[in-house]
Amino acid sequence: MKVTFPHLGNMYIPLKSFFECLEVDVVVPPACSKRTLELGIKYSPEFACLPLKINIGNYIEALEKGADTIIMAGGIGPCRFGYYAEVQREILKDAGYKFNMVVFDPPKGHLWELFKKLEMITNKKIYSYNNLIYAARLAWQKAKLLDELDMMACRARPREKFEGETDKFYKKSIKLIGDVMTLTGIKNIQKQIEIMFRDLILTNSDSPRIGLTGEIYTILEPFANLNIEKQLGEIGVEVHRSIYITDWVRHNLFPAFLKPREHKEFLDSSKPFINCFIGGHGQESIAYVAKCAKEGFNGIIQLLPFTCMPEIVAKSVLPSASRKYLMPAMTLVLDEHAAEAGLRTRIEAFVDMIKYKSEVQNENEMFIGH
Amino acid sequence: MGGKVILFVICIVFNNMEIVGNKTVMRCINKIMKIGIPRALFYYYYFPLWEKFFKELEQEVILSNPTNKVTIKMGVEAAVDDACLPVKVFHGHVMDLAEKVDAIFIPRIVSIEPGRYICPKFLGLPEMIKFNLNDLPPIIDIKLDLYNKKASILEHFFKIGKFLNKSRAEVLKAYFVAIKNFAFYKNYIRLYRKIPTEVFNNEILNYDDNNFKTITNQSKPCFKVLLLGHPYNLYDDYISMNLIKKLKLYNVKIITYEMLSEKKIFQGAKKLSKEMFWTLGRNILGSAFYFLDNEKVDGIISVASFGCGPDSLVGELLERRVEKEYKLPFLYLNLDEHSGEAGFNTRLEAFFDILEGRLTSESNFSSLR
Repeated sequence: MKVTFPHLGNMYIPLKSFFECLEVDVVVPPACSKRTLELGIKYSPEFACLPLKINIGNYIEALEKGADTIIMAGGIGPCRFGYYAEVQREILKDAGYKFNMVVFDPPKGHLWELFKKLEMITNKKIYSYNNLIYAARLAWQKAKLLDELDMMACRARPREKFEGETDKFYKKSIKLIGDVMTLTGIKNIQKQIEIMFRDLILTNSDSPRIGLTGEIYTILEPFANLNIEKQLGEIGVEVHRSIYITDWVRHNLFPAFLKPREHKEFLDSSKPFINCFIGGHGQESIAYVAKCAKEGFNGIIQLLPFTCMPEIVAKSVLPSASRKYLMPAMTLVLDEHAAEAGLRTRIEAFVDMIKYKSEVQNENEMFIGH
Repeated sequence: MGGKVILFVICIVFNNMEIVGNKTVMRCINKIMKIGIPRALFYYYYFPLWEKFFKELEQEVILSNPTNKVTIKMGVEAAVDDACLPVKVFHGHVMDLAEKVDAIFIPRIVSIEPGRYICPKFLGLPEMIKFNLNDLPPIIDIKLDLYNKKASILEHFFKIGKFLNKSRAEVLKAYFVAIKNFAFYKNYIRLYRKIPTEVFNNEILNYDDNNFKTITNQSKPCFKVLLLGHPYNLYDDYISMNLIKKLKLYNVKIITYEMLSEKKIFQGAKKLSKEMFWTLGRNILGSAFYFLDNEKVDGIISVASFGCGPDSLVGELLERRVEKEYKLPFLYLNLDEHSGEAGFNTRLEAFFDILEGRLTSESNFSSLR
């Protein structure tokens, strides 16, 4: 049995290590490329959102490489994601691929069922629960380190000594994290990476800070958002995300008593613009505007795939929220036709505007004195 | 001790002790209010219920004008450009009502049956309206959420009653009259296979069986077509470009999912490998599968609006299943504000040419996509 799963940013590293710890063969789909997208578009429904299309491309490329079992997350709506797996299964079957699909659904996702499904994937191999716990811990530590790495890279990129050095180190670190297979090893690597990035930063100068918010897939998957973090970094902007992989895991997979408490307060800050859960991360998108305003960010960019339902609601109230919190905001709708050059022009204009705004503010403070 | 508890319960039941959480919900002072209901979205599903309820509470119900060029233009300008056509049209209807009424009824419809949602855009609809349109009268944006239990519907109506300054007893009475009327309306549609809007306009809903017979005398139709889609697309004559009237001209017997009982839809929906969590999507698929398995139809017309999230997956599943299992002519119509009527008519004509061709020819033609 060879297991595969769709890409979501760097998620493949912890997943791969988790299954390899349980001695399951893993086929990681090739990194998302133009071909992935083309395959996805060819087989997917026209109005499905971008993540579904890229997923299909990932599956096909992984199946071509010999995978035979697809692991996918499920959901209970109202976002479309919860029904992805069913549609994707039909699409791939109709396209003539032979595979097995294991879907992890949260509503019935009691731990016991999770174990049963894992046992199925691991071919009913009897492994000790210690082994399972070790695998989960290792994957969790890797995911945490990867998120930290992303944060460090976003901080370093606008301040790097030599152009392109951050990306070089980033790639190196990814490889290090991917290769390590022990918990102690991770700690060592963490130190190594921290030192590497500390040396990289030239000055601690202030650069404008922009928050990325919106739909989780388009935030986390650089292929879907046309590498917006890197592009923003290159024009001297420090980028923060509204959600990281570990946040998603904490909110969705952890039992209730382990969930972070401040999350509810965070969600409440979306009022009065969005008063209740609207599916996906629509509520979080607006709550993050309030958070960024509190932390003194300079702007916010909302990302969403074309036709994403919760984010359309968020998008329609974003201008009002932006006015209330005096937070410049821009929305980028992404689909298979989005092009890097057009995106670059838009974010450059946005950053120019932000810089101009803070200059004016500084001058006012100097002359008027408040 | 026990007495206190009972007293508390009595307080809750008879005194208006619950809190209306939203600030926009203000208590009205005058007794008769003009309540505006936009003729869009869930109007096509719940109108008989809403109308009866408000009338029982002695309020005046005012509908917006049927969708027209102006409604669409206003809606498209006001709404966020990614929204689907029905949501844009809804904006237009609210603007149409804004100056005519004392309050606009835009309930936040989260879920209308346990375990299933409506599209996320409905969940945020009151906010979309409030923050995109200016100078609106108070909005009654009370939540209707039956996701956990069906009994929450009473709470929903109590809160509306609270807004109108009505006592719980009055609300309860109005609710029971309205819900009985609504059940009757639903049964009527199922029994006589009527299009909901025909029943709205004929106003035959007065418990009189004699009225039934007069309307059901019709000449025998030629084709039976399963018309699938969301009610707010199908029955809005402007959005659907008079689809239903045009089908009637072709002498078609139209079947929609409202004409099937929940039990039958449930039976059909069992064919899905995973329970569908959208009420409307499940109704569409469930009724289609039930109908195709149990009754003979000549063709299927599926209507969706451009950019509709649930339909992008529901339509895909439907099309694939129909193609694989039933081999029936299938017409997929996608509507948006730019749709041209000529192209629409041509596609409809082609579809009926195929239906006719299948009638005359011995062997069935391949299915149309």
